[in-house]
Amino acid sequence: MTEALATPPQKQLAADKTSLITGSEAIAVACKLADVDVITAYPIRPYDTVMQYVAKLVSNGELDCEYIVAESEHSQFEIVKHASAVGARVFCGSSGVGWMYAFEALTVTPALRIPMVAMVGNRALDDPGAFGVEHNDALAVRDLGWQLVWVDSAQEALDTALIAYRVAEDRRIFLPCAISCDGAFLTHSQALVKVPSQEKVKAFLPRYDRGDLLLHPDNPITVAPQVNEDWLMEIRRQTAAAMDRSPAVIREAYADFERIFGRSYGNPFFEEYQTEDADVVLVGMGTLSNPVRVAIRQMRQEGKKVGFVRVRWFRPFAAEELAATLGRFKAVGVIDRDFSLGSPYRSGVLATEVRAAMYPAPNRPPIVGFICGLGGREVTVPAVREMTESVYLAAEGTTQPGTKWIGLRE
Amino acid sequence: MGRLFAVEIVYRGIFQKNLARNISRAIVLAAHHEGKPGISFGRYGDSPERNGIPAKSFAIVATDDVTLEEGMAKYEPKEVDITIVVDDTLCKGVESWAWYGLQPINRLTKPGGTLIVTSHENSETLISMAHRKETPYQLAIVKGTPSFSGLWVYKDDHSDVRILGTMAKVLPELFSLASVQQVIRAEWNDELKATSALRAYERATTVTVQPTQGNPEKPFEFQMPKWTEMREGIAIPAIPRGHQMKDPNTGEMGGYQPERNPTFKKFTTRTMRPVVDFDTCIKCTLCWLQCPDSVFDVTPDGLYDANMEACCGCGVCEAVCPVSNCITMVNETQFADNDSQWRMWKEDKEGYKGWLKEKIANRPERSHGFRFRGQYAEQVPDMLKIAREG
Ligand code: SF4
Ligand code: SF4
Repeated sequence: MTEALATPPQKQLAADKTSLITGSEAIAVACKLADVDVITAYPIRPYDTVMQYVAKLVSNGELDCEYIVAESEHSQFEIVKHASAVGARVFCGSSGVGWMYAFEALTVTPALRIPMVAMVGNRALDDPGAFGVEHNDALAVRDLGWQLVWVDSAQEALDTALIAYRVAEDRRIFLPCAISCDGAFLTHSQALVKVPSQEKVKAFLPRYDRGDLLLHPDNPITVAPQVNEDWLMEIRRQTAAAMDRSPAVIREAYADFERIFGRSYGNPFFEEYQTEDADVVLVGMGTLSNPVRVAIRQMRQEGKKVGFVRVRWFRPFAAEELAATLGRFKAVGVIDRDFSLGSPYRSGVLATEVRAAMYPAPNRPPIVGFICGLGGREVTVPAVREMTESVYLAAEGTTQPGTKWIGLRE
Repeated sequence: MGRLFAVEIVYRGIFQKNLARNISRAIVLAAHHEGKPGISFGRYGDSPERNGIPAKSFAIVATDDVTLEEGMAKYEPKEVDITIVVDDTLCKGVESWAWYGLQPINRLTKPGGTLIVTSHENSETLISMAHRKETPYQLAIVKGTPSFSGLWVYKDDHSDVRILGTMAKVLPELFSLASVQQVIRAEWNDELKATSALRAYERATTVTVQPTQGNPEKPFEFQMPKWTEMREGIAIPAIPRGHQMKDPNTGEMGGYQPERNPTFKKFTTRTMRPVVDFDTCIKCTLCWLQCPDSVFDVTPDGLYDANMEACCGCGVCEAVCPVSNCITMVNETQFADNDSQWRMWKEDKEGYKGWLKEKIANRPERSHGFRFRGQYAEQVPDMLKIAREG
């Protein structure tokens, strides 16, 4: 697959065009650039903004695809699953309980090795009905073979969508990939985004070739027959092997992305902010990075050496690398915009995973979990400072609770 | 370690599910009556059952709890003291609905263990139906019509207790006749059933089956692939397109024979098979169209030949054929192979006529539960005769 990417140097390709667009629009633009064949939709806020932009692109004649508004999220995901099986590049997405309603379709997609790319406009799960961001929706599929990535800007949303197609459709992987975009903060706010030329995208993204798994009369296969205990472990092991190959393919894709588009994301798996000399760090995912960075700049002026690690790829989870990085600090605070009730130390999902990743590491600084910003509540700069205080206390040896709820009326 | 006993009950899915479960439960209860612990379970992999498909129940009993746990540590016993076959046509083999290939009926029977079969047939017929086994084993016949005691209908024809009575005779270490009669009284509150168990006990005899006896065919075997050898994405090769057939007399090619699943043949589901009178067939296509399993091969001369590797014996073709006595369902015990009837007819029309006549004349009725109203009533005199005379 890499040979296909022996492309002319970047300067010969048409230049980027800057547009003022939302994160959702950026994803829709990525669909256009990736020349997606089949898109299905069913409205739920905040994901529905993507639908609107896709519909606009289709009606303006800018995007030539089958655009199907299904009668439910379950059908929506089933339709693209089948379309992908017959060789179509597909896009789909949802939010909150809409994503949960598609759950059966979501569970079968990795096992069938369908490289679906989906956007999750992160939203709190009902009840109560709330439109704001929580990460529990996307995280619900974390055990099933979905690749999961969180972005924090419209630019990153666009770029990551292109990278997601490249990784998901790689024959070594063939696993779905969901891009998580925080509801409101990302889906509904417009930012200046460099939209790459079609030429560059062509050079980066080979066509989707389903090969021996193509469901076609010329390649007669039966997909998903009923099996029993004699088969299932082998099937799961195959899916696991594909997920295990994913980190290397992600690295390749980011390297090629940098070469062709001239934009670098550094370490694909997590982004470090002011960590070189940091004593303590915060860890989090998504758009809470914004107030965290502002708070860090404030605290650094006061002489506090605080850094931030923003996790992008939650699946595959870069455990060894993250553990090596976090081992450098005196204490670590993990901010979860989600919850995992009854979990170890009553933490969120990310904190639980970080603790598990750290266990075999030679250096294991204390870890404090924070639950914050649920339902779209603002993660404020003072809230970040409050969390940092607690991490400092842990660093100094004052035992902290395993998990603290921050920004709660108490 | 104490002694471990294992019994399997091979039955027809759905049609005999309750029968199998009742026998399996009664075995454990009778052993328990003598202080032996045990468990009874249906083979989970056979579920969801399909009509008539071979399925299994097991009863595991031990002389003590620790030994029982040793037996339970295996999902399914690797060998059994007794194989109970509640339908004699199952002697031809067992193919579960998942991919296993066909297993000989006596595969799990221990050397010297006993195969107990409900049948009207004699031991020679049953022995020739079963595959050869390397070690000798015993065969006991419980004379009678295989019972239809399924998921929805329970025909209480005492098949269950007659088998239990036979067991008390062939494996008295497992439980005694007295114990099984106690359980019958407690479970069914039916003295007549306790008497049936006694009669079966008194009449039970066994013959030894030698390694030289039985069907010499090597059953189809299937090698399970490693995970790295399997195609990804839960994809398997589809059944390829079919091909033309060859007329055995003229060599002419024509018609259409579909390709069929090479690993799952499903003919062990069959208790009856259709025989076709090609001389009276009017080529109306109805059997070919209506067969739920696409069993009919279209011959070069435009006839329809039911392929016996694929037929599950449902009887639909017989029901839809507009010509009277053109398709007739005949008890599967009457056949030794799955050969093409059309080929036989092409090669020797007169011979075929005689064969057909003989098969139809000698067609002991089968219990399928849906063949015709009054079917059971017709069986009662026969069953009473057996009860009185053995
Ligand atoms: S009995 Fe007749 S209809 Fe039924 S499977 Fe066999 S050939 Fe087909
Ligand atoms: S239904 Fe009867 S008459 Fe019609 S084609 Fe079949 S065998 Fe011949």
